[in-house]
Amino acid sequence: MKLLVCVSKTPDTTAKISFLGDNATFNSAGVQYIMNPYDEWYALVRALELKETLGGTLTLINVGGAEDEQIIRKGLAIGGDDAVRINANPQSALYTAKQIAEYAKNENYDIIFLGKETIDYNGSEVGAMIAEYLDLPYISYATSLELSGNQAVISRDIEGGAEVLEVQTPFVISAAKGMAEQRIPNMKGIMQARTRPLKVVEPIAFEDQSTVAQFELPKAKTGVKLINAENMDELVRLLHEEAKVI
Amino acid sequence: MVLIYIESPKGKLKKAAFETVTYGKKLADAMGTTCAALTLGSVEDAGQLGKYGASKVLNIADAALNSFDSQVFTKAIADVATANSATVILLGHSSTGKSLAGRLAARFNAGSIAGANSVPTLTGGFKVRKSVFSGKAVAEYELKSAMKIISVMGNSIQPEIVGSDVAVETANVSVAASRIKVREVKTQEGIVPLPEAELVVSAGRGMKGPEHWGIVEDLATVMGATTACSRPVADAHWRPHHEHVGQTGVAIRPNLYIAIGISGAIQHLAGVNNSKVIVVINKDAEAPFFKAADYGVVGDAFEIVPRLTEAMKNFKAAL
Ligand SMILES: Cc1cc2nc3c(=O)[nH]c(=O)nc-3n(C[C@H](O)[C@H](O)[C@H](O)COP(=O)(O)OP(=O)(O)OC[C@H]3O[C@@H](n4cnc5c(N)ncnc54)[C@H](O)[C@@H]3O)c2cc1C
Ligand SMILES: Nc1ncnc2c1ncn2[C@@H]1O[C@H](COP(=O)(O)O)[C@@H](O)[C@H]1O
Repeated sequence: MKLLVCVSKTPDTTAKISFLGDNATFNSAGVQYIMNPYDEWYALVRALELKETLGGTLTLINVGGAEDEQIIRKGLAIGGDDAVRINANPQSALYTAKQIAEYAKNENYDIIFLGKETIDYNGSEVGAMIAEYLDLPYISYATSLELSGNQAVISRDIEGGAEVLEVQTPFVISAAKGMAEQRIPNMKGIMQARTRPLKVVEPIAFEDQSTVAQFELPKAKTGVKLINAENMDELVRLLHEEAKVI
Repeated sequence: MVLIYIESPKGKLKKAAFETVTYGKKLADAMGTTCAALTLGSVEDAGQLGKYGASKVLNIADAALNSFDSQVFTKAIADVATANSATVILLGHSSTGKSLAGRLAARFNAGSIAGANSVPTLTGGFKVRKSVFSGKAVAEYELKSAMKIISVMGNSIQPEIVGSDVAVETANVSVAASRIKVREVKTQEGIVPLPEAELVVSAGRGMKGPEHWGIVEDLATVMGATTACSRPVADAHWRPHHEHVGQTGVAIRPNLYIAIGISGAIQHLAGVNNSKVIVVINKDAEAPFFKAADYGVVGDAFEIVPRLTEAMKNFKAAL
């Protein structure tokens, strides 16, 4: 098995979100970054389990600057033989996908894993784009993946239910909760991660098709209206007459 | 032209279909063009999309399109878009729509926006807004490519009837063979799935145990609402995983979100703070959720929820 796992960084879930003066640039000062939870908890761990049972190689790939190496090393500490960092700002999903597809196209991976979405821009787009560039099947929101030979059986979340399907490798898959159980890197892994190869590759030229014109912070709520716990008729009246939601 | 791909799970149209056509009609009007809806597989009553502003409704009735494969669907949609000289392709922001949007963007080298929550503005560039950083900010993107791909967040726009049914035309494009074999599709009948629900009743660890969910379900049933829960509740298997909302669960934007015995941690809020109206019921007046709420009730859920259910019943009876 030759496996590739796409890992990205996102601001820590509790990070305070603010923007620079132009309102078009995220203010990263003081923001703690983490590995995107879906990449770390589900995509990486399921890929690792497959490597452990079936043998093969597991490579991590990231599109990002040198500051992303901390996240890549954490990934290597959880598991993974080597890593590739494409040295570019992941300015849009299309740009990111193009870079990963360009690297992967001559490598013949059996499975390319992603998280179901990044928690900062919540696009859920990169996996579908890579699959299209490489002309591969794409299975999103996978909650389980079983392999026998090159035949995979996958369950995926759909609105209000689940779908079970069969597909043969190679394919691209995005991992949701259920795929695996989170693993905490141990000391041995952390030591080994330092010596595992991390290759830096320069990006190919690619003109982006979208840019952020501006960011805005949502309007603050005007304040909660407290209702007497004895008077639920009043709450219902307000929901009907004032809020007009029932 | 604006081409709108309309999903039809099990051959039926859902409310999201009418929302997306309404969105497409408004965008087409602003662009001075028309919009067409495309359905794939066998679909009941697709002509009604005309009522929401589609000037034509296209269908490809190939049985191979009755189960979902993003590759096969992408090729079909792209071919129809090309044949009709579409410059915008719209989809719903669902599990299906998301996997198609990314593929279409790569195929057309198009700027895309995943989860738009308002109709684009066209002055000074083609600009669209979406919620980012788990609902903590809104970003306005400018799409610069000739083709643009937009997936529309559910409940962002109210469907509007502006016309009448149109005849369904067959789109003549060839359908590729699928490399995916769908074995089984399991959906719960009779319940509105969370991402589409307008009314949601959600409960957290304050309920103390799964045996106490009866009062939550009663309230939801009376209201016709869908039930949801916080993450620890799903992790403890008190409730099924698909009910888990928040940053690591489902993100929703219902008209009304009632949170019972949920503290309002930032990761929980991330999935629900785009709800139009939030009601919080919590015995702790200091619970952080009250800061994000429109209406709050401080007190014991075990007393308040049955009282609220009664009040809802009376309200419904008087309608
Ligand atoms: C990376 C990460 C991701 C996460 N993702 C999510 C997510 O997606 N969704 C999510 O929900 N959480 C998520 N969490 C967990 C989150 O931080 C909180 O721990 C969780 O939301 C708390 O759940 P709760 O409100 O049900 O429980 P608690 O925080 O224990 O709150 C229970 C509340 O019930 C109230 N209560 C108790 N008894 C009563 C009563 N009789 N009547 C009325 N009120 C009562 C209490 O006052 C309290 O406010 C995540 C955490 C991390 C670190
Ligand atoms: N900069 C990046 N480098 C590597 N992988 C990424 C990057 N951005 C996103 N991904 C992968 O794409 C998935 C979906 O991201 P998104 O489309 O942004 O929601 C993530 O879970 C990652 O697996």
